[in-house]
Amino acid sequence: MINGLKMFGRYLTMLARVFSRPENKGVYLKRILDEMVNLGFNSLGIVSIISFFMGAVVTIQTGLQLSNPFIPKFLVGYATRESLILEFSPTMIALILAGKVGSSIASEIGTMRVSEQIDALEIMGINSSSFIIQPKIIASVLFFPFLVIISMAIGMGGGFLAATLGGIISKGEFLQGLLYWFEPFYIFYALVKTVLFAFAISSVSSFFGYYTKGGAVAVGKSSTKAVVYSCVVILIVNFLITQLMLS
Amino acid sequence: MIEVQKINKSFGSNHVLNDFSFTFESGKTNVIIGASGSGKTTLIKCMVGLHAADSGHISFDGRLFHTLEEKEKRNLRKQIGMLFQGGALFDYLTVEENIAFPLNMFTKMSESEKKERVNSCLERVNLVNANKLYPAELSGGMIKRVAIARAISMKPKYLFCDEPNSGLDPQTSIIIDNLILELTRELNITTIVNTHDMNSVIEIGDNIAFLYQGQLAWQGNKNSITKSDSTELNDFVFASELFRKLKS
Repeated sequence: MINGLKMFGRYLTMLARVFSRPENKGVYLKRILDEMVNLGFNSLGIVSIISFFMGAVVTIQTGLQLSNPFIPKFLVGYATRESLILEFSPTMIALILAGKVGSSIASEIGTMRVSEQIDALEIMGINSSSFIIQPKIIASVLFFPFLVIISMAIGMGGGFLAATLGGIISKGEFLQGLLYWFEPFYIFYALVKTVLFAFAISSVSSFFGYYTKGGAVAVGKSSTKAVVYSCVVILIVNFLITQLMLS
Repeated sequence: MIEVQKINKSFGSNHVLNDFSFTFESGKTNVIIGASGSGKTTLIKCMVGLHAADSGHISFDGRLFHTLEEKEKRNLRKQIGMLFQGGALFDYLTVEENIAFPLNMFTKMSESEKKERVNSCLERVNLVNANKLYPAELSGGMIKRVAIARAISMKPKYLFCDEPNSGLDPQTSIIIDNLILELTRELNITTIVNTHDMNSVIEIGDNIAFLYQGQLAWQGNKNSITKSDSTELNDFVFASELFRKLKS
């Protein structure tokens, strides 16, 4: 318990340093753009594949559940849309990104720590935590919502193909379901969640990387801790934000 | 000139530095020697502010480090160049980007001025045509030379070198030693070299501090080091067969 509080205190102290004024805004801006490519754009492939199959599977499973002739068929499309927007795209993608991006952030920063690159920055008079971590957090917070929107679209595409090619429902019924009783607030809710998840993944992973002590084994351990803690934080935040915004 | 007065540093129950005092002179290569674990790296890290000393004072040309505001500390650090044991080059940057890194962060130099400075630093360390290489493509000696080039790119007043010859062959070690010596003379900087390589000590040691169990056990220069009466120092200096033969 005390160790947990100490860790949380160190995390907050780190965040305070991370969000101090940058030494050179131009260099930071370039780093933010680089990180957007590294952490966001380079995740597009995995996000697309997962979303496509996730949408397809949700549609097939919903189709199986709604086999009663008194339930309109178009509800399969409706349920697919709602599942993807409310939970699957933001939360599942966040958990996937915690694995992919979180481990990459922690191992990159951990390696910088053990190879004294962070010390080199400090000696040059640069706030190392701000220089390394701030661009990663900003890039994640700005780019992850786009990934989630793309995930929603591709997921619905996957669902559409599974529904029509698998003969679950007709093209027209699925599209009718997708457009039925659309609540724009749910998109807002999903994006708010995504921004918080992005912050959690990038900051928690950076924290474990930044405070790595030792050598290669320690970098591996930091990377694992980063993924585990990021996932736990995502699940807790998901519960809290859902309680706050939807109940 | 850097003055260190009664520095103490402990990690838990392990007292690494005990009342260490020494004056590192300008325009000279000041060498800290001592066995592994004697506190050399901790001393250097305390001096550059990577570790906070438990007690004692460190002053850079009269400026007491611990009394400086955070901004003043950062400004002072811009006058410090440091060569790390492993080079600590940024993996994702090329050689020229590594050297230009502090210039990009802290100066308003034009691109052509920066390029000129980078090339002159590379020329100074005898490393031309390596501009576009990444650290992973360099040999150990080249990494050290690029790290020196980066350390001098901001024309520092103080140059810290942590084990500059570790992992290098004897010939490359001599090249690095001579480079450090020449730069110290040319730029009239205060250079602090932390080493346990006796060849380096004999080559460049203008002012030597011998650390033993966290304390200053002896001080002198490269001419007097082989004539000392200190048992601890003699055990360290004449540990190798070669040096024992040279003495006899």
